[in-house]
Amino acid sequence: MSDLQTTHEISAAVIDALIAKHRQQPGALLPLLHAIQDAVGYVPEYCYASISKALSLSVAEVHGVVTFYHHFRTHKPGRHIMQICRAESCQAMGSEVLEAHAKSCLNVDYHQTTADGAITLEPVYCMGNCALSPTVVIDDEIYGRVSPAELDALITEAKVSEVKA
Amino acid sequence: MVTKVYIPRDSSALAVGAEKVAVAVAVEAKIRGLDVEIIRNGSRGLYWMETMVEVATEQGRVAYGPVKVKDVASLFDADFMHGKPHALSLGLTEEIEWLKKQQRLTFARVGITDPVSLEDYIAHDGYKGLKNALKLSGAEIVKTVTDSGLRGRGGAAFPTGIKWNTVLGCESEQKYIVCNADEGDSGTYSDRMIMEGDPFVLIEGMTIAGVAVGATQGYIYLRSEYPHALVTLNEAIEAANQAGYLGDNILGSGKTFNLEVRRAAGAYVCGEETSLLESLEGKRGLVRFKPPLPAIEGLFGKPTVVNNVISLATVPIILDKGAQFYADYGMGRSRGTLPIQLAGNLKHGGLVELAFGATLRELLYSYGGGSASGKPIRAVQVGGPLGAYLPESQFDTPLDYEEFAKLWAVLGHGGIVAFDDSVDMAKMARYAFEFCAVESCGKCTPCRIGSTRGMEVIDKITSGKDHAKSIQLVRDLSDTMLNGSLCALGGMTPYPVLSALNHFPEDFGVSSAGLSSEAK
Repeated sequence: MSDLQTTHEISAAVIDALIAKHRQQPGALLPLLHAIQDAVGYVPEYCYASISKALSLSVAEVHGVVTFYHHFRTHKPGRHIMQICRAESCQAMGSEVLEAHAKSCLNVDYHQTTADGAITLEPVYCMGNCALSPTVVIDDEIYGRVSPAELDALITEAKVSEVKA
Repeated sequence: MVTKVYIPRDSSALAVGAEKVAVAVAVEAKIRGLDVEIIRNGSRGLYWMETMVEVATEQGRVAYGPVKVKDVASLFDADFMHGKPHALSLGLTEEIEWLKKQQRLTFARVGITDPVSLEDYIAHDGYKGLKNALKLSGAEIVKTVTDSGLRGRGGAAFPTGIKWNTVLGCESEQKYIVCNADEGDSGTYSDRMIMEGDPFVLIEGMTIAGVAVGATQGYIYLRSEYPHALVTLNEAIEAANQAGYLGDNILGSGKTFNLEVRRAAGAYVCGEETSLLESLEGKRGLVRFKPPLPAIEGLFGKPTVVNNVISLATVPIILDKGAQFYADYGMGRSRGTLPIQLAGNLKHGGLVELAFGATLRELLYSYGGGSASGKPIRAVQVGGPLGAYLPESQFDTPLDYEEFAKLWAVLGHGGIVAFDDSVDMAKMARYAFEFCAVESCGKCTPCRIGSTRGMEVIDKITSGKDHAKSIQLVRDLSDTMLNGSLCALGGMTPYPVLSALNHFPEDFGVSSAGLSSEAK
């Protein structure tokens, strides 16, 4: 509990510093939300009040923007984020098989996190890797021409990297 | 002597291991005591050959591909550093047939130069266009762009010069140049290749636009799915600022142009220009009513040029070589070249820049090499998720805006996605509705509600429930969306839906003969 509180306080301090940095920028809200998510992994609801005050917006407006964009998360994700492209080019190369495979081996649906908190599964609509479909992204790494066997290897790799760390 | 080795930093190359190959080459060279300079270039666009490694020799650049980490040691053993033969040899890069047949104007430097080296850019004819533009009046620059026949490459194909002219004619103390780099269409990646492979050409194009219409601030609205493009763009902008190609006194001309990259946040609809402007202002990306046109009341209410990456990146060569040079390429009212992106189920996916007029068949078979699966190509979707599906009988259509319009299809951003005969077109029609439902901004009813109702009706059709009635309903609904939506998202979702139904009725349980009777 105390750990959680400390994390919360650290995040709050980070967020305040980011607000101070971005508030003067024209159209500041999106750059600010990006900065917050980059720093703490998601956009926590408790920062809506301070953002709205700094940018002279209502809390509802901030909430509206955060939830409009697929990129922003309002909850802490798993330690790794796996995205599978659902767009046409990847479908033409068997992405549906990959989707089904990922869902069954991770035992989650899209927008859910594995029970051990390791991997959050997300759909994505085109990464611009369409000449090498199907595409999977794990954290910041992009992979092309991914087969179910390679997907298994990527999942294992993500889990092994945790053990090492 | 230092040997130059080129290994792409393009994200699709990274997706098949370019980073690991670059590390392996560096390590192996060190072990063998060889002096190597590794240049991280853009991709030449032969993606099935990635990771493509090139080495500079006295005869020219020699290519090897597709290189995996396990091949690196044997490349050194074969003395690839002197361009010697190896199982993965592709010969002189310039002589590769697939590249040699292309007409690369916008992509002239991509894959050749170091994307973030200003020196390299200038050595390869960079900034000649801007230097010419600085000698001309705003009206003269706009006239050159108009005379070139350049039309918006984002998909709408509106003449670029006419858009610029409207902004030029507006009196305002502040104007903006906005680059639409929210390349969300499936099957398209030419914007990404430019931004990762030759970012200076986009910066130069935007600077020329600013000088032409009197705008001093530019924004690149970049999709969040392109983190590598963000890095190259920011590095290039920094270099251009340092060298006086951006900033308050461009090349001593007294003219100002500043440029900033803004990250989008994963909303497809923000590729629509008014939604994009809302997003840049920090709001939800709701589509605006037009008029007023963005050219008159755009970003923060000021006159704004909104152009796609490829349109802006094509401006420098037009200002360098002249309007006529560019207009001499192409057919009919489609002047110049189109960077075509081959995607989906194709053996040789990649970037093909050609003058307008090449046929789909030529692209699918002589460039694309047929399907990757070896099965017959049954359908292609051209122009992204809002583009029509074309059957084999239409493969001889030349790539030209008007020729496609005649077929009730669109060229869009030049992405071609191929499907083999395992595709279920009713499923693709359902997906078109689903995508629209996921991405709808929610402002207008036909798009917000029609998309979900559309999915339900397709489900009824595929399950055989009220079949004839449901087919008619999908047509009625499409008609409403087509005519009643505020923007292209709802307004063009019927393109993939109805083209799938009309060209592949058997997938919807309708016989070809039945199609004419149910349409009555």
